[in-house]
Amino acid sequence: MALKYLIRENTYYDSVTLMIISREVKKIEGVKEVIVGMGTELNKELAGNLNLLTPELQKITPNDFFISLDSIDDNIAKKAFAFVDELLSKKKAESEDYQPSTFESALKYMPDANLVLISLPGKYAAREAKNSLLNNKHVMLFSDNVTLEEEIDLKKLAKQRGLLMMGPDCGTAIINHVALAFANVIRKGPIGIVGASGTGIQEVTVMIDKLGSGISQAIGTGGRDLKAEVGGIMMIEGLKALQNDPLTEVIVLISKPPDKEVARKVLSVLKEGKKPSVVYFVGGDPEVIREYGSIPGLSLEDTAHKAAATAKGIPIEDFTGFTVIGIDKIIKGETKKLKETQRYIRGLYTGGTLCDEAMIILSDLIGDIYSNIPLKPEGKLSDINKSYRHSLIDLGDDEFTRGKPHPMIDPYVRQERILSEAKDKETAIILMDFVLGFGSNPDPAGEMIPYIRKAGEITAKDGRHICMISSVCGTEKDPQNLIEQEKKLKKEGVIVMPSNAQAVRLAAAIVLSRRKST
Amino acid sequence: MTKINELFQEELKIINMGLQSFNENLKKQNVKTVQVDWEPPAGGNKKMLSWLDKLK
Amino acid sequence: MVQERIEAANKKVMEIILNGQPTLLDIGIAEEVIPGMTKKTILHAGPPIKWGKMSGPMKGAVTGALIYEGLAVDEKEAAKLAASGEISYDPCHHHNTVGPMAGVVSALMPVWILQNKTYGNYSYCTLNEGLGKVLRYGAYSDEVIKRLKWMENLLAPLLKQALKLHGPIDLKTMITQALQMGDEGHNRNRAGTSLLIRELAPYIIQTKFSEKEKIEVLKFIDSNDHFFLNLTMPACKCTLDAAKNIEFSTIVTVMARNGTEFGIRVSGLGDRWFTGPAGIVDGLLFPGYTAEDANPDIGDSVIAETAGIGGFAMAAAPAIVQFVGGTAKDAVNLTLKMYEITAAENNIYKIPALDFRGTPTGIDIRKVIETGILPSINTGIAHKDPGIGQVGAGLVKPPMNCFEDALQAFVEDLETKNLV
Repeated sequence: MALKYLIRENTYYDSVTLMIISREVKKIEGVKEVIVGMGTELNKELAGNLNLLTPELQKITPNDFFISLDSIDDNIAKKAFAFVDELLSKKKAESEDYQPSTFESALKYMPDANLVLISLPGKYAAREAKNSLLNNKHVMLFSDNVTLEEEIDLKKLAKQRGLLMMGPDCGTAIINHVALAFANVIRKGPIGIVGASGTGIQEVTVMIDKLGSGISQAIGTGGRDLKAEVGGIMMIEGLKALQNDPLTEVIVLISKPPDKEVARKVLSVLKEGKKPSVVYFVGGDPEVIREYGSIPGLSLEDTAHKAAATAKGIPIEDFTGFTVIGIDKIIKGETKKLKETQRYIRGLYTGGTLCDEAMIILSDLIGDIYSNIPLKPEGKLSDINKSYRHSLIDLGDDEFTRGKPHPMIDPYVRQERILSEAKDKETAIILMDFVLGFGSNPDPAGEMIPYIRKAGEITAKDGRHICMISSVCGTEKDPQNLIEQEKKLKKEGVIVMPSNAQAVRLAAAIVLSRRKST
Repeated sequence: MTKINELFQEELKIINMGLQSFNENLKKQNVKTVQVDWEPPAGGNKKMLSWLDKLK
Repeated sequence: MVQERIEAANKKVMEIILNGQPTLLDIGIAEEVIPGMTKKTILHAGPPIKWGKMSGPMKGAVTGALIYEGLAVDEKEAAKLAASGEISYDPCHHHNTVGPMAGVVSALMPVWILQNKTYGNYSYCTLNEGLGKVLRYGAYSDEVIKRLKWMENLLAPLLKQALKLHGPIDLKTMITQALQMGDEGHNRNRAGTSLLIRELAPYIIQTKFSEKEKIEVLKFIDSNDHFFLNLTMPACKCTLDAAKNIEFSTIVTVMARNGTEFGIRVSGLGDRWFTGPAGIVDGLLFPGYTAEDANPDIGDSVIAETAGIGGFAMAAAPAIVQFVGGTAKDAVNLTLKMYEITAAENNIYKIPALDFRGTPTGIDIRKVIETGILPSINTGIAHKDPGIGQVGAGLVKPPMNCFEDALQAFVEDLETKNLV
């Protein structure tokens, strides 16, 4: 039993601060009882209750500071006193800025807000989007689970008021060079984009940057904009705005194959403007695009090439090859390493449109591709967790993400899947996309490396080699840094291609080369 | 000039309703934002919502 | 439309609240000045409650009051009398009165007399006894009774004389100044107490009492940081009372707790109480006490928040937020949140830290329910056993059902009038 006390005359501290410190000191092991306070009558009474009141403490005044404690030994008392001083001089951590509870009160804090970014549950998202439009704010609606009727209603209202209504299900936009939701950091330049696909916009903008060009704006419309019912409202409003934008010289449109009528409507609006345009309907018919005087892209990469070339005023060519030196050597080398049983490509994708594009390129080159989002109904996998022959999986599709974070953020599902593909003796090639930018995982490559390694250990056991091919959709300006991510992957023996299209074509080339040699 | 073209000339000032991470990413890009601390109206209580609506 | 009626009624209520002029006039004896007070009446904090349901601190305070009144000689007798049915219990609020913690007022107790000069209505409150083992925390020892008698026989008469010499004191201005000096008028009253003692000291000196007596009185006030609380409370009470009974208004005019239940009253719903279980305070406990020792939320002091100060003015008193481990910014954010559920910004009570923005004033039950944000209340924590005293302080919220029940009643009311 050791009662130790300390008095500091004429030393003021706030009573609340001292109460907090008392509580913290009490937690130290070996401290039985403690009181830290100013010499008020109340505190003396409390000290008395705890048998901590000494004759000296009895004499102090409310202007004097004291500590009185009962500990198992003197060392603990010393420690406690030192801790008190530490706490007295400690600075608190930063607090949050104020977060208003409603849109209306948010307007009070930022009356000149011009854009509302909504990622609320679908049930409420439409209501908030409508409220925003009624208050004359542009909207980016990231939420899905908004009904088609709600979408049409919102877009009509937005059109009426001349506002942007990006979404629902709009995951990417770059407005005034600000990355909104999932988007990359792209150089400024003369190419303006309107896209109904998030990763489609990401891949095209990233390729434009890699080619040394840049963008003015990238407007997202959400995935359903070009359906018959919606009629392409936002795509048309978006491209009109780009036609009127002095900083935009070339316009790019990206979408899944639209409804035929809607396609014509959109293309004729494009035609009315004077600016050159490049259009990519992923896997769609290039003829109708040419008919209206626009340039068809043959892949996301090719679209970027053509846009950049147009902007630079140099001749436009189809780009369906490789920019990698010594590609033939790579193809030959990989083909040799594969065993008899290894025949198939397994694509593990986080970006839906990248997966789409891969399937389109591959089915042209090597035949049927199976998937959870197949090009034809016959291609649907009976068990999406088990690949069959050539399989390309969109891990970001609803079936995989119910109740789980998206694979662009949380790599868990792909980490597990790569191991099961490695165990499958028929797997020859694993294709992966790594999407960088704001919104994505802080280190997509780093997250997969241990599993790529593990996959290699699994295959090494029976003397197999799996060819790992990937592309990284990003720029060196992105938080994750394209260069660093590519380096990490290359170090692990992954073949890193400059674009999704090239990664896919390489995989096809290896398969074709194997067919020849068997 | 349409409102969209006007937006292209303005500094973006964003109200973020939903994922905090979106707000943080905007802050990293030095964009002025307000994060809404959103809750479903009346906590989703249908009875309360119907009474509130009667008073509107 | 009905919304317009409500908005118009609320506008009127806010006008009345913001135009209030709470003024300290005098000191009187409870049974002589409080309407409806009798020798056998005991007023208490919060909504109506019977002896059998009272929590420890309130029972202790009732016991102490009965002994103080000379109606019982000890605890045993007091308990018997308290339960006998001879004593009538009533909320302070039913008698233009407010009381902190147990809030017990009995016939012989001296009370502050305030008047809302703009509208003429009065309010009353006992004088604050001090900290620790005092009646309002349920203590009833000889020491407590002795002190109460001293207050009745010396403190009150002396201050009454001093007040007469000084003249009425404009409490609205004094509270305004206190808010700009680190007070919030509920849990932090040090500045207000200092301003009061400064105002009265020259007149205390001039009263016809002995030097010893004057010194006793000055020391008494000086030793009690919360002396001013018993003035902020009735100031808020007479401000809000003037705004009672405005048909169609959804503004809250009373919030109060009796240690068992939390109750609210709404201007457009007359005298009806809407009650729910009193909450447990989230805060800091004095050394030697744990969460098990705490009594549920108790006292009329939440009239402060009802009038737009107290927890609503937390941005003016950041020290309080440390009770819940917060920073100065958290204190600001707490006040900012309250603007989401109130009808107006105060015209006089301004907060320097918010660029002299008026405090959030006039709680609207519709907004509370729509946003899910409950009023944030700063309060002391009483020990659940009578006779021990304060064991801590922190933050607490009312139960949501009070507001939901009030909303239901409001809508049903309009339905019977065929207005919805």
